[in-house]
Amino acid sequence: MIGLTHYLVVSALIFSIGLVGVLRRRNLLMLFFATEVMLNAVNIAFASISHFYNDLTGQMFAFFIIAIAASEVAVGLGILIVLYKKHGSLDLDDLATMRG
Amino acid sequence: MLENFMASIMTVEGFAFYLFAVLTIGLFLVTVMSKNILYAMTSLAAGMVLISGFFFILGADFLGVVQLIVYVGAIMALYAFAMMFFDATRDIKENNTSNALVFLLGGLSALTLVLIFTAPIHSNMIEALYPMHEGVGNAQDVGIVLFTKYLIPFEVAAVMLLVAMISGIILAGKKMDHSLTEDENVDKVQLEKDEK
Repeated sequence: MIGLTHYLVVSALIFSIGLVGVLRRRNLLMLFFATEVMLNAVNIAFASISHFYNDLTGQMFAFFIIAIAASEVAVGLGILIVLYKKHGSLDLDDLATMRG
Repeated sequence: MLENFMASIMTVEGFAFYLFAVLTIGLFLVTVMSKNILYAMTSLAAGMVLISGFFFILGADFLGVVQLIVYVGAIMALYAFAMMFFDATRDIKENNTSNALVFLLGGLSALTLVLIFTAPIHSNMIEALYPMHEGVGNAQDVGIVLFTKYLIPFEVAAVMLLVAMISGIILAGKKMDHSLTEDENVDKVQLEKDEK
């Protein structure tokens, strides 16, 4: 039987994959992909807790997370396009203007 | 342990769960590791479709449909659209931060999270705040709770999406007639060639 723990473990693994992506990537677009992975992992955890405790609150939070992800992508891609126009690349190392 | 696994994989739910779990983790690994933006985006979209499969197994039908429409439909289309501005077919060169350290940290955090989640849950203290109703479909149930208990957050989310839309238009819409990826001189050279 598949229990809550199974889903939470899968969600934790996917979240860690996203974390590795955020730590490792230098390209801003790839960083965005990694954050999407992390948001999806959290959504799985919310939906599974909602199912196993028979409570709708988890699903509500998942909806709001999806809404936040959508607006994040809209604003973020706008900023990426502006940055690309200005610098000609999306690499974080090229964008670092303040060096200590 | 192994017998448990074999017994659970024989059920429809267990089989679907393990299939989706392995496929999503693999696809998201491709997303994180791939050098090509196009591959990363495609595998991310496929992983999101499979995550909606998780939602359908869990009985959250409406959430699954929203995941398909919003994530796979809207967000991925937005990424694909943004890819027209950047040079997507070329492999990206990045000097990644030292890989061993990153994988060590990621592995440690994965281990910690798994240990936390496999710990026994003191669940008889937990009470459902908005319990699901018997004999009512998931979409109807979600609607009842969303439009009574979560009405104000819902409206705030709507305003937030409007603000995001306007800011997206403002940020991306400036100098839309100016091409990013192509040099204007290239067009001129091409035109001269055509004239000859």
